[in-house]
Amino acid sequence: MRKRHTPKDRLITVALHVALAAGLFFAAFPIYWMLSSSFKSNTEIFALPPTVLPKAFTLEAYAAILGDPVKLRFFFNSYFVAGAVTVLTVLIALLAAYGFSRFNFRGKGSLNTLIISTQTIPPITLLIPFFGLVVSYGIFDTYVALILTYLVFTLPYAILLMTGYLNTLPRDLDEAVAVDGGTSWTALWRVIVPISLPGIVATSVYTFLLCWNEFLFALTLTKSTSMRTVPIGIQLLMGQHAFEWNQMMAMSVLGSLPLLFIYLVAQRFFLAGMTAGSVK
Amino acid sequence: MTRQKRSHHRLKRAVAPYLYLSPSLLIIGLLMLLPMVTVIGYSFQNSAVLRRDPSFAGLKHYQAIFADPVFWASLWHTLYFTCMSVVFHMTIGMVFALMLNSDRINPTLRNILRVLYILPWLFTAVIIAVIWRLLLEPNGVVSSVLMQMGIIGSKVEWFSSPATALHAVTFANIWAGYPLFMVSLLAGLQGIPKDFYEAADIDGAKAYQKLIFITIPQLMPIIISISLLDFIWTMQVFPLIWITTGGGPIYSTEVLSTYTYKLAFSSYNLSQASASAVVILLISLGLTLFYIRYQKAR
Repeated sequence: MRKRHTPKDRLITVALHVALAAGLFFAAFPIYWMLSSSFKSNTEIFALPPTVLPKAFTLEAYAAILGDPVKLRFFFNSYFVAGAVTVLTVLIALLAAYGFSRFNFRGKGSLNTLIISTQTIPPITLLIPFFGLVVSYGIFDTYVALILTYLVFTLPYAILLMTGYLNTLPRDLDEAVAVDGGTSWTALWRVIVPISLPGIVATSVYTFLLCWNEFLFALTLTKSTSMRTVPIGIQLLMGQHAFEWNQMMAMSVLGSLPLLFIYLVAQRFFLAGMTAGSVK
Repeated sequence: MTRQKRSHHRLKRAVAPYLYLSPSLLIIGLLMLLPMVTVIGYSFQNSAVLRRDPSFAGLKHYQAIFADPVFWASLWHTLYFTCMSVVFHMTIGMVFALMLNSDRINPTLRNILRVLYILPWLFTAVIIAVIWRLLLEPNGVVSSVLMQMGIIGSKVEWFSSPATALHAVTFANIWAGYPLFMVSLLAGLQGIPKDFYEAADIDGAKAYQKLIFITIPQLMPIIISISLLDFIWTMQVFPLIWITTGGGPIYSTEVLSTYTYKLAFSSYNLSQASASAVVILLISLGLTLFYIRYQKAR
C-alpha cells in the first residue's frame, strides 16, 4: 500500500483536486453559460460586467419559442424524422445483424468490411448525388427525402452495434428452436428479439441521436420553413432576429433535452452507442 | 428426417443469410455505393445535375480545382483544424481519464465528474457553434473577462478577424470532441491488470515511469484507432464552421467541406463541386484503408 500522509503526498492530492476543478470549469462553463443566458433578457446577456447568475430571472425566451407555431413545427419535424428513421433502422439492422451473427456464408468477411468502411464516407461527398436524386425523383423538401438519406448513415452503425450484441447471446438458444423443427425466422422473433432488448435500446438511442443532430442534409434537402428541423431552426433564428441571443439559447436548451434526457436515464446504452463506431 | 427434407433444410440455411441481409444491402447499394459512382460521373461532366444531357468534360474540373488557391488554402486549413483537434482531443482526453482513474479521489466525486466531463459530447454541432459564438462575441464574456485580467487590451473579434478565426473554430472543436477519447481511454485504463503496477511498485518505479512504461503502451491500440477515426471524422466537419464563421472572413476558415458546399450550392457549379467531393472521398478512403488494416492486424 502507498503511504498516504507524507506532506508531498498530500500536496499531490490537493494539486489533483485543483486540476479537476479546472477541468470541470473547462467542460461545463460553456454549457452553464448557455443555460443561464436562456433565463436572461437580451440586454442582460451583454451587461458589463457579465452576470454569472441571471439578475432578473425570466422565462420570456422560452415563452417566445414555445408560443411560436413555426418553432414548434421544427421540434415536431425533428422528433418525427428521427423517430421514423429509428424504427426503420432498428428493424432492418436487426435482420442484417441476425444474418451476420448466426450464419456462415460466402462473402461474409468482405460484406462486414464494406459496412465498417461506409462509416467513414464523407457526408459532403454523398450530398451532391443525393441532391440530384432527390430533385429528379420529385421528393425535394419532403420527409421521405430526409428519412431515406438518414437511413443510409444510421444503418452501418446500427448493424455493427446489433451484430456485436447478438454475438454475445448463446447460440444454443436459437439452435433449440431449429431442433424442434422451427425455422430461423421463428427463432429470431420468438427467442432472439425478446432477449435482445438492451441491444435494441442502445441501437435506437444512437440512431435517434444521429438523426437529431444531422445538419448538412437537412439544410440542403429541405427548403420550406415547415420542413425544417431543430438544428436548421436554430440557424434560421440567428439570421432572422438580429441576434435574439436569449431565444437562441432557449431553443438550444430545448433542442438538447432529448440527448440530456437519454443520457441521464440510460447512460449505459448511450455510451454503448457513442463508442460503437470506435470499438469493433 | 428424410434425406429430401434434410437437403431442403440445408438449402434454406444457405439462402437465409442473404435474405436477412438483403434490405440492408439494397439500401447501402442504392443509396451509398451508387451515389458514390454518380458523383464520380458528375465530376467528369459539364453542368452536371443542371442539364439533362451533360457533355463529357474530361479532367477539366479537377484542373480547375487544383489551380484554385482557395482549394489549397482549404486543404491547409482542414489539415491544421484536424491535426490540432486530434492532438488536443487526445491530450485532454488522456489527462481527464488519468485524473478520473486516480485512487486519490473519492468514488462519488469521481462519478459526478465523469458525468460532467462528458457534457460537451451531448450537444449538437449547431448548438456548440451557437454557444461559442455567444461566448466569443466581441462584447461577450470571454472578451470582457480577458480584458479585466489585462490579457487582451481591447475587444477581439475572435470569429470575424482573419488572424484569430481559424484558431477560434479549432478551439471550439477541441472543446466539443475530447470526450470520445476520455471515455475510451477510461475504459482502457480499467482494463489494465493491477499486477503490472504492483510489480512496478516492487521494483521501486516512479509514477511517471509507470505512466510511460505501462499505461501508455497498454493504451496504444485505443489511442491509434480512436485517433484515426477522429481524424477522418474531424476532416469532414461542416456545421460547426458553417455556423461560426461560414468559412470566412476572406476564406480564412474555409475547409474542404465548406469549400465544396459553396461550389455546389452558392455558385451552383455542381460539376466542380463533385470533383472536390471526389478528392475528399479519396482522402477519406485512404485513411479508412489504413484504419481497417490496422484493426485487422490487431
